[in-house]
Amino acid sequence: MGRLFILKLTYNIQGGDFTHAGHPSSEVKKVLKQLDIDGKTIKNIVIALYEAEVNVVAHAWKGIVSVEIEENKITIWVTDEGPGIADIELAMQAGYSTASKEVREMGFGAGMGLPNMKKNTDELQIESEVGKGTKVKMVNYFS
Amino acid sequence: MSGLPNYHALKVDAAKCIGCTHCMKACPTEAIRVIDGLAVIDHERCVDCGQCHRSCPTHAFYVEQDDLTKIKVFKYRVILFPSIMIGQFPEKYNETQIYSGLKKVGFTHVFEVEQPIQLLIDSVNEYLRNEENPKPAISTYCPAIVRLIQGRYPSLTENLILRKAPHDLAAHFAIERLLLEGAQRDEIGLFYATPCIAKIASVKSPVGERESIVDGIVNMNHLYNEVMKVISEVEAEDNSEQRQNLSEEGILWSQTRGESGHFGSRSIAIDGIHNVVRFLERLENDQVKGVDFLELRACDQSCAGGILLTGNRFLTVEKLERRAKRYPSAKDISESTIRVDIEELKQKLVIDSISPKPLFIFGKDRVNAMEKMTRAQRIVCSLPGIDCGACGAPNCHALAEDMVNRKAKMSDCIFLQQMWEDEGKITARKALQNVQKKWGKDRFKADCNKRGRRNEGF
Repeated sequence: MGRLFILKLTYNIQGGDFTHAGHPSSEVKKVLKQLDIDGKTIKNIVIALYEAEVNVVAHAWKGIVSVEIEENKITIWVTDEGPGIADIELAMQAGYSTASKEVREMGFGAGMGLPNMKKNTDELQIESEVGKGTKVKMVNYFS
Repeated sequence: MSGLPNYHALKVDAAKCIGCTHCMKACPTEAIRVIDGLAVIDHERCVDCGQCHRSCPTHAFYVEQDDLTKIKVFKYRVILFPSIMIGQFPEKYNETQIYSGLKKVGFTHVFEVEQPIQLLIDSVNEYLRNEENPKPAISTYCPAIVRLIQGRYPSLTENLILRKAPHDLAAHFAIERLLLEGAQRDEIGLFYATPCIAKIASVKSPVGERESIVDGIVNMNHLYNEVMKVISEVEAEDNSEQRQNLSEEGILWSQTRGESGHFGSRSIAIDGIHNVVRFLERLENDQVKGVDFLELRACDQSCAGGILLTGNRFLTVEKLERRAKRYPSAKDISESTIRVDIEELKQKLVIDSISPKPLFIFGKDRVNAMEKMTRAQRIVCSLPGIDCGACGAPNCHALAEDMVNRKAKMSDCIFLQQMWEDEGKITARKALQNVQKKWGKDRFKADCNKRGRRNEGF
């Protein structure tokens, strides 16, 4: 058990591009399906990553998704250059949102992004610097 | 789940296949490769949608069917067919003439399958009312869609509604009716006229059932031809009592939106397998909210677009819409005309379970699969990304996956070969031999009579 092998994937996200939000999560999903990961776990990962992507699209200028898949877990880093989060604890509360009116009109920005990410991951870490950007780390373990 | 092998009726005629790439490109599950100049179907991956059959310029795909003479061994010979078939015949023939024609072909009883449809409507609504069943609930009407979901969207298998299709309903209905008439079960032969390949596979190796109750399959276009040979030009005997349980809803069932209107407060109907694929991707990502019911059909215009039909799909739809107006609503058909035990018939519509059958996995050992995927990704970096299909795989990605599964080689890519030639790594002669091996010898010589020459059925 425990042969060390890491499958790495990287994707770019463009801020403001709602049309293509969801591309990295779809790609990661494809890979996880090919690895025969169970459907529930895949769903959690895809939902969490999609929320993270939408956050970058809605708030930041650009971002990178880096994925590392190991035998028993997947680690995803979503790093963006953007305004950052002033109060992470507040942002974690369901319904709290700083999304602009335009973003809300597109059906995003309901303030459920971070809470959903928390709910769908086994580990979630957020580091942010106002005016610079945000780095989110999500870990899910495979059953 | 039944332990029966995956039956597939679709075959490639080697004499007709010209080894082009149309089918390979059209396949929604990347189940086709061109090997030695011929299309080869991977039956593990095939979902019987018929896109290859549709896209083939030389009609090289054919569909096996049961021998019609087989019906003779039965005393009661029942033909079951979807209402769509009535829409195939020229307008000068009415239903009475068509029914009589079917009897002349050798059947004793004629049953359109969408009856008594209210039973199926009630049964599905019962299923939907159960809060425990995941939403959106997906119809199991189209067998190609069921197989697509099992294979390509295994996590959505639990959304499939565990209820059978109209042909099962009608089969049980027909049996019960004939038993009432005094028939013995083993005297009854049930034959299903199919508009598509997927229904054949679903009858021969049904999903979620132990075995099929249908004794044989006949392709609808074949039956159409047989009936047209014997159909009477003048009025035929009155056989309207055989359509007593047929309703407006039943006639429209196999058409797009034939089901969706009856179920849930929010329902969506999608036809065309590539449209369905795009939607299921979203659904799988949990980006579809609040929908109760999904009607998904592999063919454009649903069964009217089935590949074993004769008529134009849009004309068929229009004809059936007009026909449906002449029939009563399903709700208005009295239970007394059904005559058989309704509760028992409803019980027969229940499917125990449908299990996922993931098609796109790289093997059971996870680390091994990860290594393979990494290798495939690295190979893709070396491929041109043109997705030309000249390697015999539908796109560069599929070729890379074939390579790590030892089903293809780097030299299958004609562009890489070109580069190797330039770099002096292989001779021009060797490169040509490689492509000839894939596409057939003499394939690249000027010859107006060779296979795949211009205008050949395109």
